[in-house]
Amino acid sequence: MRITVEINGEEHQADCWEGESLLFALREKLGFPGSKNACEQGECGSCSVLLDGTLVCACLVLAAQADGHEVTTVEGLADGEELHPVQQAFVEAGAVQCGFCTPGLVVATADLLRRNPDPSDDEIREALSGNLCRCTGYAKIFDAVHAAAART
Amino acid sequence: MTQTVRQPLQVGKVGEVVRRADAPPKVKGEFAYASDAVVPGMLWGHTLRSPHSHARIVSVDISEALTMPGVHAVLTHEDVPGQKTYGLEFPDQPVLAIDRVLYYGEPVALVGAEHPEQARRAAEKIRVVYEPLEPVSDMERATRQPDLHPAKPTRGHGYREDDRPNVVRHMEIHHGDTAAAGDVSVSGYYEIGIQDQAFLGPESGLAVPDGEGGVDIYVATQWLHVDRAQVAPCLGLPLAQVRIHLAGVGGAFGGREDLSMQVHGALLALHTNRPVKIVYNREESFTGHVHRHPARIWAEHRATRDGRLVNVRMRILLDGGAYASSSTAVASNAASFAVGPYETPNALIESTAVYTNNPPCGAMRGFGAVQTAFAAEAQMDKLAAALEIDPVELRLLNALKTGDVLPTGQTITGSMPVAECIRAAAALEPPAPEALPRDVIRLPGGAGNTTNGDGVRRGVGFAVGFKNIAYSEGFDDYTAARVRLLADGSAEVHCAAAEVGQGVTGVMLQVARTELGIDDVRLAPHQTATVDSSGSASASRLTWMVAGAVRDACRAALEEQARRPGEEVDVERIYRHPRTTPLDPETGQITGERAHVAFATCAMKVVAEVDVDLGLTRVVWIGAAQDVGKAVNPQQVEGQIEGGTAQGLGLALMEEIQTRGGLITNASFTDYLIPTALDMPPVESVLIEDPEPDAPYGVKGVGEPPTVVSTAAIVSALRAATGRELARVPVRPDDICL
Repeated sequence: MRITVEINGEEHQADCWEGESLLFALREKLGFPGSKNACEQGECGSCSVLLDGTLVCACLVLAAQADGHEVTTVEGLADGEELHPVQQAFVEAGAVQCGFCTPGLVVATADLLRRNPDPSDDEIREALSGNLCRCTGYAKIFDAVHAAAART
Repeated sequence: MTQTVRQPLQVGKVGEVVRRADAPPKVKGEFAYASDAVVPGMLWGHTLRSPHSHARIVSVDISEALTMPGVHAVLTHEDVPGQKTYGLEFPDQPVLAIDRVLYYGEPVALVGAEHPEQARRAAEKIRVVYEPLEPVSDMERATRQPDLHPAKPTRGHGYREDDRPNVVRHMEIHHGDTAAAGDVSVSGYYEIGIQDQAFLGPESGLAVPDGEGGVDIYVATQWLHVDRAQVAPCLGLPLAQVRIHLAGVGGAFGGREDLSMQVHGALLALHTNRPVKIVYNREESFTGHVHRHPARIWAEHRATRDGRLVNVRMRILLDGGAYASSSTAVASNAASFAVGPYETPNALIESTAVYTNNPPCGAMRGFGAVQTAFAAEAQMDKLAAALEIDPVELRLLNALKTGDVLPTGQTITGSMPVAECIRAAAALEPPAPEALPRDVIRLPGGAGNTTNGDGVRRGVGFAVGFKNIAYSEGFDDYTAARVRLLADGSAEVHCAAAEVGQGVTGVMLQVARTELGIDDVRLAPHQTATVDSSGSASASRLTWMVAGAVRDACRAALEEQARRPGEEVDVERIYRHPRTTPLDPETGQITGERAHVAFATCAMKVVAEVDVDLGLTRVVWIGAAQDVGKAVNPQQVEGQIEGGTAQGLGLALMEEIQTRGGLITNASFTDYLIPTALDMPPVESVLIEDPEPDAPYGVKGVGEPPTVVSTAAIVSALRAATGRELARVPVRPDDICL
């Protein structure tokens, strides 16, 4: 089937098999590989995107369900060469190692700060507990979230 | 397809906090990981795997699979044109199963198809008839059961002769008077479960045929050149026709030392003459790489009344699973570091790795020292209790220092600030106990809202761990770097060192900028074709090794430039660390000056809370002091300590691959739990900089020591909270319910 999705403000179309996830369509068919495929069962958050403004795991949404809807991916956060404040904070805080979890964490953090501009330590930990990171032990990610909150 | 082509300008010399050059593309989602590759005409590969842990293959029928929609190839062992087996150290593992399978998930056949789902569905149509066999599933019984590898592939490599079935390696260290008695003795039996690296980026890669019989493989790996050395013979190709390129790596932690899709992808690509991409899903990833060895350890520590170690006796049993991988080196490392960073005049250490039909085990961060540190540090706490000496004081009393002798007979000549690490970690002040009531997020059980805090007890634990830096026991360990000084005044560094997330690209850039005195330095793509081997991104070796190689190449390039002013310069240099020699196979004693190059230590203090009614834990705070030699980039070093600590926390509290008769029953992140943002406490780090005299700039690797010690330190805190012995990790709720 053919789907039409508004991705990061622009309309895109793709032919999809009915069983394909939004994640697969984004990565393999629509040219947005930034969302990552770490578990593909909704446990790790690496594929976090905004679907009509709601934070979802793109691996748990069928591509067909996104037909006619708006999707914001990690590729849509920066303004050209200018990083989104969350992205800038992740770079400066040393919150990136292998970086495979980073796109999902950046999207989830941007969503958190939109809802709660000045989260406490505990609120950050709870909000990001659905995003697994295997490299950093999270400490520098928390630093980045605080730094981004101070900047936005 | 290639990545890391041109790094943005980034000022920073050795010792400075430098932002990672790969961070901007990673935060923007632009960094190309191995699983991101897409090329026109690309097929998808899928691997059919064994549902049995031990079986004879009666027949394989691919005829129906070949007729499935979109299918271009279905391959079995008969289609492997060259050597049918491979292995990191011993070629004991079939590329595709031949007449038997030895572990759950062993590759049996391959499918190449237009769409990954078509490949999966076609694989389901491959008819494999198995005759299930009794699995060898218990590591203690393994040496009395039929040999899984009757040809004994690890024999004849200079190890101690051992005729028992299923022994991968048995070694013994005899140090001093192995029967020496002390005033007091404490004993214990310890078990460590099987841990998964659980890197987030699944095994993936793209194989592209070059149209002339050769192949380019873009893959997430830890050592490009050793991949090539294994892949080419299986394809029946000369090395020059197999080019391995580093694709973006989503974490490694030892799990990418062994091959995953490299040969499989290349076979499909050469067979179909199409590019072939293979991406494992998470379930497949649990069978797609080796794991941390589960272990059983029997220990006895003898000491004088005033707390000096007299004799340490330890028997270590490691389950290597179905194939050898790096089990021989893990067994040796476990033995070498069994005592911990303490001096003992006498020791008897036995270490045995066995073959079973359990999941294959090999390298994981800490490499044998994690298992023994858990046992040895529990023993030190037991000894402190028996002697009524403060556990920190007991460790200080026995701390190794430069000039001391290890159980292998090796005299420590380099930096060894164990006492400094212990004092610094002990001096860190943990936060005061929090009052009740408090937000449930700050209680064991967290958002589950399981307790109001009545049954919560607090404990403070302490542990110390150490391990070797770089490859040991006579391995020819080297790293090559090539430096080009260009006419425009910039420089280009070629090195095949795998950036797996640890930040080695930053080390290369910082060293080059330090040596060349310019900022405009970039890294060429990491590949086998343009530069000699870097060795592996393993063993906490790469910071030291690339620093040496890049430094030497830069200095040579500057000398060359001085000889030929105005011309472009292109030089390659190979760096070797001080040479090691093997351990004596009978006594485990050194046969030259050293078996290990150098050592790094981490001491850790932990505060934990335990709900003793419900068996729930909360690690409250961790303080670490680590011997880092010289921190190349202090922010990245802290990141290694925090991340390494998290993996040890996982082993202490939650991470274990569950098997039944060798079959994995929890191959998902739903059932195999790794620490989340709610599980990790703040980690306070102190970097102890005591330069390593043999290393460039005095650096030491920093990735492994925090993982070696944190499991032991966390369980020490749980013991303090509960009074339980807690001799097995991961600790289960039943173990801590009082």
